[in-house]
Amino acid sequence: MTKIKTQQDLENIRKRNQEQYAGKKIITLCSATGCRPYGVVKISDVFAQELKKQNLTGHASGRSAVADKVILRNSGCHGFCERGPIAVISPDEICYMGIKLEDVPEIISETIIGGRKIERLMYKDANGNVVPLASDIPFYKGQKRIILANNTQIDPANIEDYIGVGGYSALAKVLASMSPDDVLLKIKEANLRGRGGGGFPAGQKWETTKNAPEKTKYVVVNADEGDPGAFMNCSVLEGNPHSVLEGLIIAGYTIGAKEGFLYVRQEYPLALAKILKAIDDAEVYGLLGDNIFGSKFSFKVRVHRGAGAFVSGESSALMTAIEGRVGEPRLKYIKTAVSGLWEKPTNLNNVETYANVPLIINNGVDWFKSIGTKDNYGTKVFSLVGKVKNSGLVEVPLGTSLRKIIFDIGGGMKDGKKFKAVQTGGPSGGCLPENKLDLPVDFDELTKAGSMMGSGGMIIMDEESCMVDVAKYFVKFLSEESCGKCIPCREGISQMLDILTRITEGKGKEGDVELLLDIADLLGASLCALGTTAANPVLSTIKYFRSEYDAHIKEKRCPAHVCKALTAYYINPDKCTGCMVCLKQCPVNSITGERKMVHVIDQETCTKCGTCFEVCPKRFRAVDKISPESKLPPHHSIGRPVE
Amino acid sequence: MVDTNTSEIDKIVDKYHGDKGALIQVLLDIQQKERWLSKDSLCRVSDKLCVPLTWVYHAATFYKAFSLEPRGRHTATVCLGTACHVRGAPILLDRVSQKLNVGPNQTTKDQKFTLTTVNCLGCCALGPVLVIDESYYSNPSGAELDKIVNSYS
Repeated sequence: MTKIKTQQDLENIRKRNQEQYAGKKIITLCSATGCRPYGVVKISDVFAQELKKQNLTGHASGRSAVADKVILRNSGCHGFCERGPIAVISPDEICYMGIKLEDVPEIISETIIGGRKIERLMYKDANGNVVPLASDIPFYKGQKRIILANNTQIDPANIEDYIGVGGYSALAKVLASMSPDDVLLKIKEANLRGRGGGGFPAGQKWETTKNAPEKTKYVVVNADEGDPGAFMNCSVLEGNPHSVLEGLIIAGYTIGAKEGFLYVRQEYPLALAKILKAIDDAEVYGLLGDNIFGSKFSFKVRVHRGAGAFVSGESSALMTAIEGRVGEPRLKYIKTAVSGLWEKPTNLNNVETYANVPLIINNGVDWFKSIGTKDNYGTKVFSLVGKVKNSGLVEVPLGTSLRKIIFDIGGGMKDGKKFKAVQTGGPSGGCLPENKLDLPVDFDELTKAGSMMGSGGMIIMDEESCMVDVAKYFVKFLSEESCGKCIPCREGISQMLDILTRITEGKGKEGDVELLLDIADLLGASLCALGTTAANPVLSTIKYFRSEYDAHIKEKRCPAHVCKALTAYYINPDKCTGCMVCLKQCPVNSITGERKMVHVIDQETCTKCGTCFEVCPKRFRAVDKISPESKLPPHHSIGRPVE
Repeated sequence: MVDTNTSEIDKIVDKYHGDKGALIQVLLDIQQKERWLSKDSLCRVSDKLCVPLTWVYHAATFYKAFSLEPRGRHTATVCLGTACHVRGAPILLDRVSQKLNVGPNQTTKDQKFTLTTVNCLGCCALGPVLVIDESYYSNPSGAELDKIVNSYS
């Protein structure tokens, strides 16, 4: 492979790539981590085998080849994770969802060979009408996908696919015709704000690093993505790793760095594999290494794996980890942009921030600023998950309302349940109730309401979520992840956890809520944002769901029937038919009964695992959750015959 | 107790050309190969990388990926991310824990499974999720869990 030296070389590869797809059918199968529990790896294998059997492909590798009539492309995340596995058949863009192994031969014979659509595999709207095209499906229609757009168009393991959709043309343009100051001006004018949660203007950070008086500088991608429930960065790295690389190289050129680092959490093995492959390929093609595009600019990239520590995702901690030491935050009276990695000026940005850079260079500042709202330009990718119908990755202009994201794009609540809260911003964020659904999601508005947009995790909760339990969940997470360096965080979070645990175990007392609020004040003195924002989940749940705290403390009642110590499982004798399903599946043999005799749970030995509640046939719904436990009807050790 | 294979440790350290900055990467590779970080391997890494043993021990005890006790042949991981939590991850963890008869971060007596938890795997739409080695399972029921666990040797 001859290295790319000029814009013409790049253009030749782009043309060649697009020509080899012309006139062919392409099956783009989502093969991201999110689809792995659906068995998509096996489905892909069967697709490859069947295509080979039908002489439609020359080989079963999934890579494009000129002789193949049909290309099987393993892509990154398509976004509509709830309906996976998803395959889009081009050129007609027919979208099949929920594909099973046994559907594969039919897809090939009917759609690929026969040109016919299989309606049962297509999306159906609320009226039952079939929607064949992905772009017409409401989930996709409501979005504006610029970062995720190419996830459905490329094989992320094929650099030429990325070049084929215009990849690396921004880098070519920058190196051919823009000075570092020119690029910096564009990023500043675009007012690109950091997508990792902080929302700090990237241009300002780049400028500080660029102007720092040191010859050696570094640029770093933060792909630690530690917020539980967030997988946006994972999907960009898996689906379009070159977009991040291109942004990073441009940043390196602008700032004057010759080396970049990607810090990727080790819990993302597929994302790691994809970015490592992308770096290898970029080196082979001359897009990394010496004299890129024949210019004087040389740049190399190294990947550093995380080892399972949330706090190491904080920028100064991350740099310490790259240095080979334990990733604990440092005091930031000297910014890392001035003294970061090995005390050299270092610019750190999130995956999604870098992925925006080539788009701004190619499409212009005006284009970027036409999306979003004032001071909140561009789009944001969210992981919309939890009790929502359409779980998945959603990309919308900044300023889109919570209501639109959750109800229009997200399809509303799962299983007909009632909306209770939306949690955003991960452990640094908060829970917002129904009357806040019309707030625009951007860097500023959610913060005013007591939450924050954060990195993009958006967890939807229904009536079955206990908000005290949610607060405890986040505080427990933070107590395990706190590095322990500073007293407010180490002791403050630990005390909050003790109090919240007592409350959820029925041992809460008057004054506990006030004590939580006092500790929340103290946490503001923490060394890093893990500590300073740790109180947000507690503060927001106290603010908006105070009655739940009061119920736990004063009545020993968990309104959502979540807190085990306050909830009992009870078989309703008026509904039980004695079918023995729960009895057979109880893991601790706590249920007694016989066929056609009402079953009884022994409350002394019941571990409240919830199995009986789950397995009781829906037509009976004979298992109730009762809180407080004092409301349990009198216990009978032997059930009566079913009436 | 599993013996530490010193030559394997050396090979891993040599791969990073003695770069002190690669300490965590070295430990990750050893953890993957040996399924734990023994005292001998920590001392060996300290010698070869010329990094104080306290630093090595600090890293080994700081990060969740590392285990100072031998892990089982298979790692069963339950995701406790927020999305999985609201979809019932604690119940799944209880179920897996009962089935394997161990708690989180414990290994079964026959060394077959180590049960761990993680705070997000990136498959939130399918939560709650159980991963065993590289296989992902979405919300397995009690009966499905029996089948899954019995399929591993």
